[in-house]
Amino acid sequence: MQDATAAATPRLSLRGIRKAYPSVVANDGIDLEVVPGEIHAVLGENGAGKSTLMKIIYGVATPDAGEIRWEGRPVEIANPHAARSLGIGMVFQHFSLFETLTVTENVALAIDGAKDLAALARRIEEVSQRYGLPLDPRRLVHSLSVGERQRVEIVRCLLQQPKLLIMDEPTSVLTPQAVLKLFETLRQLASEGCSILYISHKLDEIKALCTGATVLRGGKVTGNCDPRNETASSMARLMIGKDLPVCAHAEATAGGEPRLVVAGLSHKSDDPFGTDLEDVHLTVHSGEIVGIAGVSGNGQQELLFALSGEEPLAEPFPIRLLGAAVGRMHPGRRRKLGMGFVPEERLGRGAVPNMSLAENALLTAHRAGEMVRGGLVRADRTTAFARDCIEKFTVKCGGPEAEARSLSGGNLQKFIVGREILQAPQVLVVAQPTWGVDVGAAAFIRQALIDLRNRGTAILVISEELDELFEICDRLAVIAKGRLSPTKRTRETNVEEIGVWMSGLWPGAHTDDIGSSTLKAAHAAQA
Amino acid sequence: MRLKLEARPVPSPAMRYLSPLLAAALTVVVGFVVFSALGQNPLAAFRAFFIQPLSSTNGIAELLLKASPLMMIATGLAVGFRANVWNIGAEGQLIAGAIAGGGVALYAEGMGAGGLLAVMVVAGALGGMVWAAIPAFLRTRFNASEILTSLMLTYVAALLLSYLVHEPWRDPQGFNFPQSKMFDDALLFPILVETTRLNASFLVALAVVAAGWVFINKSFLGYQMRVAGLADAAARYAGFSAKRTIWIGMLAGGGAAGIAGLAEVAGPIGQLTPSISPGYGFAAIIVAFVGRLNPAGILLASLLMSLLYLGGEQAQIELRLPSAITGLFQGMLLFFLLGADVLINYRLRVVRPVHAAAATAAGKAA
Amino acid sequence: MDALVPILVATLAAGTPLVFAALGELVTEKSGVLNLGVEGMMLCGAIAGFAATVASGSVWVGVLAGMGAGAATALIFAVLTLTLQANQVAAGLALSIFGVGLSAFAGKPFESVALPSPQAFGIPGLADIPLVGPVLFAQQPLVYVSWALFGLVSWFLYRSRAGLVLRAVGESPTSANAIGYPVIGIRYLATLFGGAMAGVGGAYLSVIYTPMWVENMTSGRGWIALALVVFATWRPGRVLAGAYLFGGVTIAQFFAQGAGAAVSSQLLSSLPYLATIIVLVLISRNLNVIRLNAPMSLGKSYHPDG
Repeated sequence: MQDATAAATPRLSLRGIRKAYPSVVANDGIDLEVVPGEIHAVLGENGAGKSTLMKIIYGVATPDAGEIRWEGRPVEIANPHAARSLGIGMVFQHFSLFETLTVTENVALAIDGAKDLAALARRIEEVSQRYGLPLDPRRLVHSLSVGERQRVEIVRCLLQQPKLLIMDEPTSVLTPQAVLKLFETLRQLASEGCSILYISHKLDEIKALCTGATVLRGGKVTGNCDPRNETASSMARLMIGKDLPVCAHAEATAGGEPRLVVAGLSHKSDDPFGTDLEDVHLTVHSGEIVGIAGVSGNGQQELLFALSGEEPLAEPFPIRLLGAAVGRMHPGRRRKLGMGFVPEERLGRGAVPNMSLAENALLTAHRAGEMVRGGLVRADRTTAFARDCIEKFTVKCGGPEAEARSLSGGNLQKFIVGREILQAPQVLVVAQPTWGVDVGAAAFIRQALIDLRNRGTAILVISEELDELFEICDRLAVIAKGRLSPTKRTRETNVEEIGVWMSGLWPGAHTDDIGSSTLKAAHAAQA
Repeated sequence: MRLKLEARPVPSPAMRYLSPLLAAALTVVVGFVVFSALGQNPLAAFRAFFIQPLSSTNGIAELLLKASPLMMIATGLAVGFRANVWNIGAEGQLIAGAIAGGGVALYAEGMGAGGLLAVMVVAGALGGMVWAAIPAFLRTRFNASEILTSLMLTYVAALLLSYLVHEPWRDPQGFNFPQSKMFDDALLFPILVETTRLNASFLVALAVVAAGWVFINKSFLGYQMRVAGLADAAARYAGFSAKRTIWIGMLAGGGAAGIAGLAEVAGPIGQLTPSISPGYGFAAIIVAFVGRLNPAGILLASLLMSLLYLGGEQAQIELRLPSAITGLFQGMLLFFLLGADVLINYRLRVVRPVHAAAATAAGKAA
Repeated sequence: MDALVPILVATLAAGTPLVFAALGELVTEKSGVLNLGVEGMMLCGAIAGFAATVASGSVWVGVLAGMGAGAATALIFAVLTLTLQANQVAAGLALSIFGVGLSAFAGKPFESVALPSPQAFGIPGLADIPLVGPVLFAQQPLVYVSWALFGLVSWFLYRSRAGLVLRAVGESPTSANAIGYPVIGIRYLATLFGGAMAGVGGAYLSVIYTPMWVENMTSGRGWIALALVVFATWRPGRVLAGAYLFGGVTIAQFFAQGAGAAVSSQLLSSLPYLATIIVLVLISRNLNVIRLNAPMSLGKSYHPDG
């Protein structure tokens, strides 16, 4: 669909880009072309090499081989400063912001040569209003919500009048409504002649927004297409080489007994930059999967710490596990009572990176696997458990002695999930089950959770991926600003409604007493 | 063309054992240079430093005698270091142990009861543990850095000892020298080898090292502490108590240092004096690192460090060099070890600039 | 009133080595680097300063030599931790131990050498103001330099762009790198500055405060400076105040002994150390105070991407 008259010189052209790291070839002979005013998707699953390619374009990394042309001329982008002077701006997936500094200071740091902070503050207000991303320049970044922080990242780029804007997975931190707003902003920019590189693995968004796409798999380009002419499944086939796997999800059997009951949980966050929990009510029954949706930074961390016991409460009563009041217990004791827990960080929390898989099995499964006797560790049993887990969950690795950090994200996640499932928990709490995991492993994990539910375990899933929650959960709730909405059966709701709820706008959500008692009544009617 | 440090996909197990050897070798090499710069014949100096001390039974006995407190303290410290509990005040805990155990010896003077030595050892361990408990408490209750508090307490312990031997515990028959009475013979460690100073505290040291090895490598508690040191969020996730880790980490070092302190005053020194240790508490930190925080390595590293002490004394006698040269070499050894350790996780690569490669590719594409 | 003047004069003088060392370490820590080797760097500065003053006869040559020695030892630490990725705590300890050993060794020939006591410099006019005059304006020139340093560091950190960049690096080196700042280079500069200041603090001790060389003469001041940075919640103004507070505690023992107090000299000598422990406990009690003020990346190794 190229405009024949505007056989414009591509704004950016990559040829044969190659970048190898000691353990993997991240980019292998990549070609890419973007013309002015185009919104071009770079599509690929986790680990396909998208981030590395963007780092090369922005000058954070240098290619081992290949050529970059900017508006027809060959260039070398030695560092981000050089990229910015060409007119390239980047909005990072994991923001590059400084929490204890103000918005103005953060912007000043990314703009070369900014001296007058007052004038800069005025420009920030102007630009942010013009593009529909309002910001108060004097606020400290740590007090901003995740969506607002992304605005700072974007405004920071816009102030330099970019000719190419790179957006790396921008929508994982936005509610569905905010995503639509963002798309408006991007279309406005594109109409002004700015090219946009849109990195994502979310096929529906790419179809809605982009006019061109390059698909990456395993470091190579597997195809180019125009998303407007494609279907989600045709793009998926380019992305993973086969059809998207679907989970076998039978309806949950009703009438399970309540296994995890959270009642009136209010907790002040230990983190000075965190979100306090307010009056959370939730019940998870055996044989069902309950999901909690929400954009990160709304109290998920705090809720998970409270549920797992990593941050014990002052009172034992707000959390009941199989009837026992466990609010003050640390994770080991909760595991003894039958709770399993998969955290959102694999390396450093779910597993110790420098320890072997056998030693990592010892981390939580020591009781179930009978790995300790007389205070001493039984190496034969840790190895046997790890081997069992590796087999049952098809973990690709160098064996039970392989170090945790040598596994890919997907395989390590399968190991950690498997370790918890093999302990036959009565309740399993899972956070971000498939974040950063390749499609095959993600499908495997989701199916494993469904199978576990079918065996009677009560499962709670907290995730930022709405698609995933709609796929595997029986009931859904939303967490916003530390408060939890009532739950609704998945079949009886849809993405739009959940999106509205994610802004805190569910029925009965008030901050006064009348409101919260209405909320309690609504919850009571559900349990 | 330039050198670049490139991360290894898997850390090199060979380098883990080689780097202490590399560090020791580099220290020797630099030692040669230092000796030459001082106008000494490097080979003569090398002989005086490393060969001479080992050339007689007495020499070996002294080697083992000095290695005993080092291996004991380093084992205790290693338990804590592995868990990121940084007990830097072992020197103070050593003094506290000497005061506690020495105090028992002075009080029991004349009683001559057998088995009192064992009581003294226990008192020494308790004294060291109490001194280490203070930073442990301040850390678990008030989050105060144990590095700074344990270090400050070192100075306090030295001043306390000075006060005791100047005033209440001063030997009335001691010609006003600041020292306590000599301990009864029955309250000293029995000598193991005739005509040397090597005493039974060496066996105690070996026992401590063995116990440390079992604890660190085989026990569940040792595993929990290793996790705490490698990934403290994982330790929290697993439910391993962070407070318990800190207490065990500090008390292990404190108790070991306390016994070592007691062994000095109930051994070669035989009494309490203002200065009972040539910095064993600090040297043990180096021994712990050079020994890779592993009791087996610590055993070997303590022998090396002991040799450096003896060599320093020999250098003073034979070559008229200040004995402070020991401290210089100790510090250098640790520096070289930290430097050599980089090769465990990285390797040196020669890198050709990208320009040439990119130009070739561009040429091909054109 | 008159008795107060010599106490205050001595307090300021006693606090000055801490001012230099702690302000230097503050800048280093603001960039995210924890350098525990301050004691070793101060001692190296002390012996280098002493030796240079003996050789040249000039106090200022000595101070410059101290600065150089401090920076040189800090360079070893910087190479180990910033380029070779060694653990910052272990490397800092190594630097302290090495500094003690090196200075003791190099200082042997100087142990019984005496230097003349340098003259205080009274600022004409200002020094005549009653009470305030002699205390503030009749000090050693290096004390005035320490005040200038305080002003410079405050301005640099909070009013200059370079200082903003430094603070950003200490907050989040990955973000700073993503924007394109040379994180490692900036940390090198901050570390060398900290070492140079520690060296000046040490040289002040051996050349001006007590003009002589004794093995280990800093007696833990380097460690106290580290505690001081925490106690001051990483703010220059509070560092200055804290340094003089400790100067006061150090002086107290001499005046108490002079006044014939019936307390053992050892107890008085232990006051600065006990005071350090107490202030550390007071400031660390509330975890949030540390979390909100400490540079977020302090002490953590930074691995630049391949």
